[in-house]
Amino acid sequence: MKWGSDLSTLVEKFRQYLKPGYYDEFDYHWTMTIDLDRCTGCEACVVACQAENNLPIVGEKRYARNREIKWIRIERYWEGEYPDVKMGFIPMLCQHCDDAPCEIACPVFATYHNQDGLNTQIYNRCIGTRTCAVYCPYEVRYFNWFTYTWDEPLEQQLNPDVTVREKGVMEKCTFCIQRIRLAKDNAKDDDRRRVRDGEVVPACVQSCPTEAMAFGDSNDPEAKVSKMMKDPRAYTVLEELNTTPSIVYLKKAHAES
Amino acid sequence: MFDHGQPSYAEVNKDILSVMLETGPRYWMLLGTTMSVAVIFFFMPWFYQLIVGVGAAGMNRNAYWGTYLSNFIFWIGLSHSGTLLSAILHITNSPWRKSVYRSAEAMTLFSLMTAALFVMVHLGRVWFVHWSFPIPNQMGLWPNFRSPLMFDVMAITTYLTASSIFIYMGSVPDFAAVRDASTGTRRRLYTIFSFGWRGTAREWHTLGWAYTFFAVFVIPLAVSVHSIVSWDFALSIVPGLHHTIFAPYFVCGAIYSGTAGIVTVMYCLRKFLNFERYIGQVHLDNLGKLLLALSLIWSYINMLELFSSWYGGSSFELEALKFKLTGFYAPLYWEMILFCAFVPLLMFFRKFRWSWNKMLLISILINIGMLTERFIIVATSQPRKFLPNAFGFYFPSWIEISITIGSFAIFATLFLIFIKWVPAISIYEVKETLKPLRRDA
Repeated sequence: MKWGSDLSTLVEKFRQYLKPGYYDEFDYHWTMTIDLDRCTGCEACVVACQAENNLPIVGEKRYARNREIKWIRIERYWEGEYPDVKMGFIPMLCQHCDDAPCEIACPVFATYHNQDGLNTQIYNRCIGTRTCAVYCPYEVRYFNWFTYTWDEPLEQQLNPDVTVREKGVMEKCTFCIQRIRLAKDNAKDDDRRRVRDGEVVPACVQSCPTEAMAFGDSNDPEAKVSKMMKDPRAYTVLEELNTTPSIVYLKKAHAES
Repeated sequence: MFDHGQPSYAEVNKDILSVMLETGPRYWMLLGTTMSVAVIFFFMPWFYQLIVGVGAAGMNRNAYWGTYLSNFIFWIGLSHSGTLLSAILHITNSPWRKSVYRSAEAMTLFSLMTAALFVMVHLGRVWFVHWSFPIPNQMGLWPNFRSPLMFDVMAITTYLTASSIFIYMGSVPDFAAVRDASTGTRRRLYTIFSFGWRGTAREWHTLGWAYTFFAVFVIPLAVSVHSIVSWDFALSIVPGLHHTIFAPYFVCGAIYSGTAGIVTVMYCLRKFLNFERYIGQVHLDNLGKLLLALSLIWSYINMLELFSSWYGGSSFELEALKFKLTGFYAPLYWEMILFCAFVPLLMFFRKFRWSWNKMLLISILINIGMLTERFIIVATSQPRKFLPNAFGFYFPSWIEISITIGSFAIFATLFLIFIKWVPAISIYEVKETLKPLRRDA
C-alpha cells in the first residue's frame, strides 16, 4: 500500500512539474473589461499609468524615432471623410494572454504566467534579448533603450512601490501588480480570504472619466467584470490567434443609418 | 587534379609548410590592418553601445530585432561551409575535396565565433548572458528550455565544440609534419599539439575511424543548428516569419552561402599563398556545380514561400508580403533575387565555372545577396505585424553598419592567424591523391 501511495504522489508531483508556472486553477484570474462605447480617447489612462508606474520621460526626439514607452496606448481607427468620419478608439495594453506567445520566448524566464493569471515581467532577470517583444502580436511590450532619467522636479513624483528600470530591460503593463499586492496584503491582515471586488483598481481604471474600464477577478461570478464579460458586445482582440487574452472589449455600437 | 604536374611528397610538405614557416612584411601589414579595422569598426562602437544602451543602434518599438540578429544568422549560415565540404563530401568519398576542406573547416569555426560575438552585441544586458546557460546558482533558477533562443544556445555550443574537435583531430598529422620541419620553440610547441604522432599504421587507422565518426556526427548537427536558428523566427506568430518552410529554407541558404564563401576563400588562398598547384580548376568546377544546384534549390524554396503566403489568403500575411515585395525595402528584395537566383545561373556555362575571376565575382555577389536576405527577413516582417496602428519602420544606424563591416575584419583576422598556425591545406590528404611513387623511379 505504501508503494501505491508513494507512486501516486510521485505521479502528482511529475504532473505538477510538467506545468511550471501554469496552473489549472488560478487563485484569482485578473481580468479587465473596456467598454469602447464609453471610451472617448481622452488618454487620461495613459497619463495615470505613466505617473503610477514610473514610466520614463523618453523625450521628443526619441519619441519621433518610435522609441516611446507607453504601457497603455490609445489606438485610433477611422473611416470615411470629414464630416462623416467614424472614429474608434481602442486602449491597447498588455492583454495578459493565458496562452501568451511572449512567455515561451524568453530564454531566462523573465516573463512568465503567475498563478493569478497575470503575465509578469521580472525586471531583474531580463537580459534584453527582446524576443518577447517580437513575438507579441499586440505590440504592447516596451524596451528601455537607454537608462532614462527624470529632470527636476519630476523625480519627486516617482512611486516608491514600483522599481525604476535600467537600460536593457523589457517592461510592459503589469495590471498595477503593486496595487494587487497591497490589496491582498490588506485582505490577509483583515483575516479575509479573498480580495473584494472593487478593492483593486489599477491606475488606468481609476482615472477613466467615463468609467469605461472595469477590473476584477473573473473567478468570482458576482464581480463586475464577470457580468460585463457576458455582454453580447464582448470580444477579444485578435481572437483567431488563440492567445486567450484577459482583457475583454465591449464593441462600440454604431447606429444604423 | 594538378594543373602543373604532380608534385613529389617532399614538395607538398615544403609548399604547404612554407606558408607557416616564412612570414614576410606583407602579412604583418595585412594582419595589422584587419586588426585595426576590427577594433575601430567593431569593438569601439560596441563599447559605446554598452555604455549608452542598445538605443544607440537603429532598432525601435516595432523592430526590436535588427542587423545584429540578421548578421548573426548570416555568420551561422557561413559556418555550414566546412560541414558540407568536409563532412558530407568525406562520406561520399569525393576526391576533389582534399585540398580545400581544411580551410573550409576553419571558416566554420571562425564564422561561429563571429556569430557568437553578434549575440553579445545584440543583448540588452549582456553582463547577464551567463543566465542563459544551465549553471546551478543560488537563486535555484534554470533557463527556459521551451524558448527557441535556448535551443540556439544548446545547438551552437554543441556545434562549436564539435567543429573545434573535428578540425583539431584532422590536423594532428599535419602538426606532426610541422614539428618535423621546424626547430626550437616551434618544434616543442607542435610536439605538444601533435600529441606525439608517429605515423604508425595503427594511428592512421584510428584517425580514419575517428574522423569518419565525427563527419557522420557533424552533418545532422549542422542541419539541426540552422533549423533551430530559423525557429527563432518561425516559432513566433509574426505573419512574415511563421512559416514551416523556414527550417529547410535556412539550412539550404546556409549551405549555399557557405559554399560561396569557400570559393572566395579559395581564390584568396590561391592568389596570396601560392597554392596554384593544389587548388586547381577541377576544384572550381566542382564547387561551381555545387553552387548551381544549391541556387536552384534556394530559388525553388523562395518561390514556395511566396506562393504559400499568397495562397493562404490571410490578410496579415498578404500585408506582410506586400510590404516585402513593394515596400521601402523592395529594391533590396529584388537585388537579393537577382544575385542569388539569377546570377548563379551563369554557372551553367563552362566558361564561367572555369574562370577564377568570374567565380570570385559570382561568389561575392551570392554572399551579398544572402546577407541582404537575412536583413530582409528581419526588417520587413516586424514592421507589419497585426495591428495597423502598430506598424513601424526599421533602418540601421551608423553603429550597426560599422559593426557589420567590423565583423568581416574579425573573421579575416582570425583566418590570417589560422594560416600561420595550422597548415591551410591538408598535407596528408593531398598526398593521398598523388599517384604512388614507383620503387625503381
